[in-house]
Amino acid sequence: MLLVGMKLTILITICGLVVGFALGALTGLLKISRNIVFRKLAGVYIESIRGTPIMVQVMFIYFGLPMALGMRIHPMVAGIVAIAVNSGAYIAEIVRGAFQSIDTGQTEAGRSIGLTHFQTMYYIIWPQALKRMIPPLGNQFIISLKDTSLLVVVGVGELTRTGQEIIAGNFRAFEVWLTVALMYLVMTLSLSQLLNYFEKKMDINK
Amino acid sequence: MIKIKNLHKNFGTLAVLKGIDLDISQGEVTVIMGPSGSGKSTLLRCINRLEEITSGTVIVDGQDIMDKNTNINMIRTEAGMVFQQFNLFPHKTTLENVTLGPLKVRKMSRPDAEKLGRQLLEKVGLADKANTYPDHLSGGQKQRVAIARSLALRPKAMLFDEPTSALDPELVGEVLEVMKQLGREGMTMVVVTHEMGFAREVADRVIFMDDGIIVEENTPEEIFSNPQNPRTQGFLRNIL
Ligand SMILES: Nc1ncnc2c1ncn2[C@@H]1O[C@H](COP(=O)(O)OP(=O)(O)O)[C@@H](O)[C@H]1O
Ligand SMILES: [Mg+2]
Repeated sequence: MLLVGMKLTILITICGLVVGFALGALTGLLKISRNIVFRKLAGVYIESIRGTPIMVQVMFIYFGLPMALGMRIHPMVAGIVAIAVNSGAYIAEIVRGAFQSIDTGQTEAGRSIGLTHFQTMYYIIWPQALKRMIPPLGNQFIISLKDTSLLVVVGVGELTRTGQEIIAGNFRAFEVWLTVALMYLVMTLSLSQLLNYFEKKMDINK
Repeated sequence: MIKIKNLHKNFGTLAVLKGIDLDISQGEVTVIMGPSGSGKSTLLRCINRLEEITSGTVIVDGQDIMDKNTNINMIRTEAGMVFQQFNLFPHKTTLENVTLGPLKVRKMSRPDAEKLGRQLLEKVGLADKANTYPDHLSGGQKQRVAIARSLALRPKAMLFDEPTSALDPELVGEVLEVMKQLGREGMTMVVVTHEMGFAREVADRVIFMDDGIIVEENTPEEIFSNPQNPRTQGFLRNIL
């Protein structure tokens, strides 16, 4: 039963982070774009997410939004959206920082061989920035994975929720929470290993 | 080849170029000297529009660079730029650095681009480093790759911004050798450098800039042996 919860946790994390990464990459690039409106919009999003607790964001998405929009949201969907929107803001800052850390000489060299702005970004800046993003992204992925446990409040049957339900039946809090904790640890450690591997792999071609 | 008329460039309220007139004909090698901060880099960067000019005209190969119909990316391929800090792409091998322009800008096929890339690496004496990453090259080797990278677009002119200033003294010679060779082959070159030996050997003309204007210009023999302007005299005394 815990394994079912764990699967759900993994599913929410992966979906949430895939969307969150896309959202974060886009927002991060908007934040450094030349258009001031885009920069401001990105800034408002990033600040409002970073400035509010994720618990409140989850409640807002699951209970608040449907009320305003007059429709119901599936808890799973709400969970994925919450993880995506939340991680997206932090990832945006990671992306922005990585891009800004690349020497402007790289852009100039790209432009001076006739590449367009977009080609320069794509072939020159992005690959170098991506490499610098990996360690902080890894951190964020682990944080987001653990944040999925907050989704108990909207009743998603992920790992923590499953743990609670089992305890409600057998009262063996110590064993169950210990197992749940170990399962989170297995997931986060595997994630770090995976990221380590990517980091090494990218380092070899340099 | 390059015609500059009454070029002004301001950074905010700071006037950096204050009316530059310069005509560079095909095959000419022009050396620009002058104290740090006099606007030499800015002038080069205005020629391929890495900086937007404030006023005046810059015409490269018959095309006004500020004209809306001019494709600036194409101008940049006609006037290759070599930087003081090399600016090689660290995530690409030497050969990939050189072939990127031909592949993506000139739309050459990969075999053709690689053939061209290898020829150019050979020309700068680095045929054996094709698969090396820039981090494993010396400064002199990096700069030679950077020259090959610019040449790969078959530019009509080359702009060099203090190409040897960041190099250890013993590595300067190998880069200058490549540049001299280019000059002899008839490449139009604008070179910001304080290497007098290079200027004497290959420059058709030396321009002395100070404080955003061209103070004096002449053949290398004349300007080095008989500088007219006191500012040129003072400067040459200092670097000798
Ligand atoms: N991007 C910039 N923004 C503001 N000031 C600049 C910028 N680039 C150059 N300058 C200023 O313009 C002046 C000339 O610089 P530069 O052309 O680099 O001189 P040089 O290459 O002769 O040393 C300097 O005072 C420098 O501080
Ligand atoms: Mg300079």
